[in-house]
Amino acid sequence: MAEARKSVSKTTRRSVWLRSQYLQGSWNYERMQNLGWCYSIIPALKELYGDDSDEMKAALKRHLEFFNTHPYVASPILGVVMSLEEEKANGAEIDDDAFQGVKVGMMGPLAGVGDPVFWGTLRPIIGALAASMAATGSIIGAILFFVLWNAIRLAFLYYTQEFGYKAGSNITKDLSGGLLQKVTTGASVLGMFIMGVLIPRWTSFNLSKIVLSHAYSQSASEAFMPSLTELVQSFNGGAITEEGIVAGNSVLQGITNGGFALAEREGELALFSITTVQSVFDQLVYGFGPLLLTFLAIYLLRKKVSPIVIIFGLFAVGIIGAFFGIF
Amino acid sequence: MNPISIILVFLIAFLAGLEGILDEWQFHQPIVACTLIGVATGHLQEGAILGASLQLIALGWMNVGAAVAPDAALASVAAGILVCMKGVDIGTGQASAMALAVAGLMLTTLIRTVSVGIVHMADAAAEKGNIRGVEMPHFIALFLQGMRIAIPALLVMMVPVGAVQAALEAIPSFVTTGLSVAGGFVVVVGYAMVINMMATPKLWPFFFIGFGLAVLTNITLIGMGLIGVALALIYIDLSPEFNNTGGSGGGAGGVDPLDAILNDYE
Repeated sequence: MAEARKSVSKTTRRSVWLRSQYLQGSWNYERMQNLGWCYSIIPALKELYGDDSDEMKAALKRHLEFFNTHPYVASPILGVVMSLEEEKANGAEIDDDAFQGVKVGMMGPLAGVGDPVFWGTLRPIIGALAASMAATGSIIGAILFFVLWNAIRLAFLYYTQEFGYKAGSNITKDLSGGLLQKVTTGASVLGMFIMGVLIPRWTSFNLSKIVLSHAYSQSASEAFMPSLTELVQSFNGGAITEEGIVAGNSVLQGITNGGFALAEREGELALFSITTVQSVFDQLVYGFGPLLLTFLAIYLLRKKVSPIVIIFGLFAVGIIGAFFGIF
Repeated sequence: MNPISIILVFLIAFLAGLEGILDEWQFHQPIVACTLIGVATGHLQEGAILGASLQLIALGWMNVGAAVAPDAALASVAAGILVCMKGVDIGTGQASAMALAVAGLMLTTLIRTVSVGIVHMADAAAEKGNIRGVEMPHFIALFLQGMRIAIPALLVMMVPVGAVQAALEAIPSFVTTGLSVAGGFVVVVGYAMVINMMATPKLWPFFFIGFGLAVLTNITLIGMGLIGVALALIYIDLSPEFNNTGGSGGGAGGVDPLDAILNDYE
């Protein structure tokens, strides 16, 4: 060949990188990300086939075939396919089926990595961290989420695309070497661990209004009632003293923390110790209620109940519970 | 209502709609969308708190393969408008967001179907080698996805505040109490979705280690993250599934890893 070897320049690769962010723009039920893929790779096609309209037409058509994967892991595939296109433009015999074969062959296993790593681990963790900061009304949480996520994402898209381009078709061998499996498993370990952390901490599920039993508590009444009576008297015309408030406060705290309730007994106020569903749960293990609920949701999801149905079911439980005074 | 706020919220809604399909910059995630609406309307604090609470519910909403999750974009934008522009309380905003997540889901399904036809325009252009003609339909479909959120957002903004308030006052108090209580525990559905995607029998112990640590200690989330990463690295290093099949060049090279460790301790 007399002419110089054609190649995809760094500038072009950068523009493919930027375009790949629109991969899912025309997601459709027929060929899914096909047009998004074609749109992403067009700069490379232009550089390789820009002076030959027949080649260009054929290239556009072969890149409009079915494609669907996790949007971020399309980048290494773009890199590999660009290097293949480069070979073809320089005269190598690569037919359209081979391109589709590489795309389809890579998209499945890579989506299997992208989903648990990005949607299953990274986004819940960064989202949860950011939400804990934003819960007080601060803007820092949102900024942290946005900056951290996009820095990781843009770097991932760029470097894996470059990796794919440089490794070329060899990448398929590299990927089967267990690296993908390791990344997926590692992310899943982290994800499962963090889910275990979030469930008891961030679910509020309180059943302390359901009283299972109550019993008159003589010792508690004898300990608390005198100072409580003093407090009541001080509000009813007596002088409110600092000591009175401090004592009363500690009494009230002792009552609520200890699972007591005030009620009338033989014409006098007395303390009753109460057992609620919540106190039983807390005795087993704190966070037991959320754990049960989560397992119920997992079970229903596995029974192919739609998440939307479960969410609405839980809202219905909330409303019905509030109606009967359970919540 | 301030016209500048309306325009800004409309643009935020459009961005959220784009991201609802693209899933790149994450403008559709509640923590970003609600906080932005809070900034645009001068109610940053309410927006951020709403965003944080919705983010927890939407934690596991993800588009895997061709399956579409409840739509975080419409949920967060509409709830953000209700809370920041109509003075709705956060618990009620959260609950209305759930209904809107379903509406948004139906809208995106519709547009993903319409896009089948739009993409065929690109096929025709490819036949002629017309690059612009291939690229245009892509953006037409994307634009529709943006309007999918922007138009409903505009409609919600146009409802007068009085009407929203009157409608809310007509709701009995046990309903609003129930909704805000339920808001505290519907988050488990998101957790369950994430767990279902990843769980294998071998990984369940890590779930319970996390649960136990969260219940018995006060370690912060960042600390937990560090422990989790460490556990993941240790697991990959020691798990037989990665060591026996190592083949050429593998560090363990066929030596039983447990054996190797035991030898080290001798």
